[in-house]
Amino acid sequence: MKFRRTGAALAAVGLAAALTACGSGFNSGGATQDNKKPLSILIGSSGDAETAAVKSAVAEWSKSSGIKATVTVASDLNQQLAQGFSSGKPADVFYLSTDALAGYAANGSLYSYGDKLSNKSDFYPNLVKSFTYKNKLVCAPKDFSTLQLIINTDLWSKAGLTDSDIPTTWDELSAVAKKLTTGSQTGLVVGGEYARVGAFMTEAGGNLMNADSTKATADSDANLKALEYVKQNLTAGDFKFAADVGAGWGGEAFGKQLGAMTIEGNWITGSQSADYPSVNYKVVPLPKGPAGAGTLQFTNCWGIAADSANKSGALSLVEKLTTKADQLGFAKAFGVMPSIRSAAADWKKEFPKLSAFLDAAAYAQNTPSAKGAADVVSDFNSQVAKLASGDPKTILSSTQANLSALLAK
Amino acid sequence: MTAAMAPTAPSHRGPRRRSRGLRAGQAGSGWLFVSPVLIILGLFLLIPVLMAAWVSVSDWSGRGSPFSGNVHFVGAANYGQVLWAGGLSESDFGTALKNNLWYVILVVPLQTIVALALAMMVNRRLLRGRGFFRTAYYFPSVTSSVAITVLWLFLFSTTGAVNAVISYFGVKGPNWFNEPAGIFHFGATSGPAVLTSHSLLGVSWWDWIGGPSVAMTAFVILAIFTTGGTFMLLFLAALQNLSHDVDEAAMMDGATARQRFFRVTLPQLRPTLFTVITLGLIGCWQVFDQIYTGTHGNPSKTTLTPAYLSYTAAFNNQQWGQGAAIAFILFVIIIIFTIIQRYVLAEKRVSRRRMGWITRAERQADANGTASPIAAQSSHGENP
Repeated sequence: MKFRRTGAALAAVGLAAALTACGSGFNSGGATQDNKKPLSILIGSSGDAETAAVKSAVAEWSKSSGIKATVTVASDLNQQLAQGFSSGKPADVFYLSTDALAGYAANGSLYSYGDKLSNKSDFYPNLVKSFTYKNKLVCAPKDFSTLQLIINTDLWSKAGLTDSDIPTTWDELSAVAKKLTTGSQTGLVVGGEYARVGAFMTEAGGNLMNADSTKATADSDANLKALEYVKQNLTAGDFKFAADVGAGWGGEAFGKQLGAMTIEGNWITGSQSADYPSVNYKVVPLPKGPAGAGTLQFTNCWGIAADSANKSGALSLVEKLTTKADQLGFAKAFGVMPSIRSAAADWKKEFPKLSAFLDAAAYAQNTPSAKGAADVVSDFNSQVAKLASGDPKTILSSTQANLSALLAK
Repeated sequence: MTAAMAPTAPSHRGPRRRSRGLRAGQAGSGWLFVSPVLIILGLFLLIPVLMAAWVSVSDWSGRGSPFSGNVHFVGAANYGQVLWAGGLSESDFGTALKNNLWYVILVVPLQTIVALALAMMVNRRLLRGRGFFRTAYYFPSVTSSVAITVLWLFLFSTTGAVNAVISYFGVKGPNWFNEPAGIFHFGATSGPAVLTSHSLLGVSWWDWIGGPSVAMTAFVILAIFTTGGTFMLLFLAALQNLSHDVDEAAMMDGATARQRFFRVTLPQLRPTLFTVITLGLIGCWQVFDQIYTGTHGNPSKTTLTPAYLSYTAAFNNQQWGQGAAIAFILFVIIIIFTIIQRYVLAEKRVSRRRMGWITRAERQADANGTASPIAAQSSHGENP
């Protein structure tokens, strides 16, 4: 009995000791600053080209600043970031998506350095909005992409269409899609998700949330008009979702010529030249909807951790990575668009055929970035995938309820 | 707790309690010897579980220690979000539960039957190349689940091998991993109002009875394919342990092959059956790898599972409390299913009706002076 009791006591003490040990491992508080401390950079890379470009840009900075910096490619960025923040030893600088921003900003994981940026005024205002949390720019937009209409020029001329037929309104888009639909080929094949179909909503003057994600606007008439338009064309068979033709995304369907047109972003250029080099295509602005031109934009920012031990070093690195020279280098390496206005002219000179993507910077809208919005968007996606048989009004009203619930929290 | 039960020190009870004889240091050594395991289990199992339990009732946001001062106790709020708050979290959890329930209902019985059938086949003494078949059936089990999932995505793609084979029979195969329609809806897109207007956990009755989606069905086939081999091995080991005499005796008594299987072999396999079904239940409720590598819950959330939902809630949405709460609900579900299963498979007393039948047969056999086949069978399986 006696030994049992001591044993139990020992175990209890051990447990308590282990728990406190864990506790001390977790504790971080304000790390003492040291502006010579090496930096770690965590990126979610699209491939070797991106990794190499970021590595060389960071190495260049290391050389001039004398601060060591290592770039790590995350296999699952969200998970690795979360692990870093909870252990109190996060990467100093990292890619951060718009939908993860609010969550990490709310729990204090991020160093909000926007006001300290020397080139703050050069960023596109719409991009600044998507990284603004509680009226403060948290992090510097890294680069961005927009959606436009991609046309297969060979199939286009085969159907007897010319440049003057390029659609500028919804009706024209339906008309050319009908003409381009033959056999196994569909006029427009697009991803069945908010991040593609949402472009129609913006053309009708709507979106799921307002520009800074402080108000849910999902059940607006504009959104209803957009979904009804898409549904109508799906029913007619002139539009199809990529999944329904057996493709993983619009670009795959486009490359395999299952669709003569698609709606994708500037990343499509890389995958087309790598996987489907024989397909000739051209990028044109999306047709105007009832409310004029509209499209969605996607972006990431350079996050800096609040727990970083060398925030001043991290900030100077980010300033370097967002300069015109570096951003144009990234654009050449992996097809993104610079997040600063001063680089626009050079970018267009470099990629004249893709200028429609950059022109959209003036009117492109943000995807919802409220905390928890990613869940609502994926719920919306799961319903939009069944749009052909679904009811647009029900979809939008349930999304409205879900978004409002986020804001009420 | 394990700590209290682990040492097998002799009990010093009554008057001898205070004596310090030869065995005085034994308990201490006992503790010393078991300490490595206790420390490892405690550090990597018990403490994380306790921490997760705390997180599930706290408002920890994923930054810094969950035991720090600014993390508060929130009671059952996280469980409420998932179980009764009526929001998106609840309907997501309901959907995940529905998907996984159908997965369990299909996978567990089918994989057990397939494993047993395979084991019976490769256990036959007359089978040529037994070694080859045993290895071949076991092969999917030793391959990584990620590799198999990728293989499955290829096989079941719209233009994949499976659809090519189906098309030989003039049937146009479904768009497997992109088809959210429930297989028991048989193509119907909307149900009767009675079913659609009532819901449980934010999921309508109509959806609950819809069965797994076509995409989930592909995962069901995958699970049977991969685990069939593992459980075949368990059944095979059990079958080889069975005495051949019993089978022979039944044969002499004139029992048919079917009777021998159901009334002689199967009852003797009961402990193995219990193991296989328990392991199957646990594995099926925790399905994660396939979803994570394959579909991420798509199409239309029909392959979402509680394990995957717990992961995304925590890591992608910083809802750590909800993630932990889902994990604990899953734990409770597995326990309940195991208890039910244990009760169903427990060795019960032979019912009176059945006993009467046996004694009558025995009496008759005594009168005839021959052994009754029924008595021979029942003496192996059903006696308590």
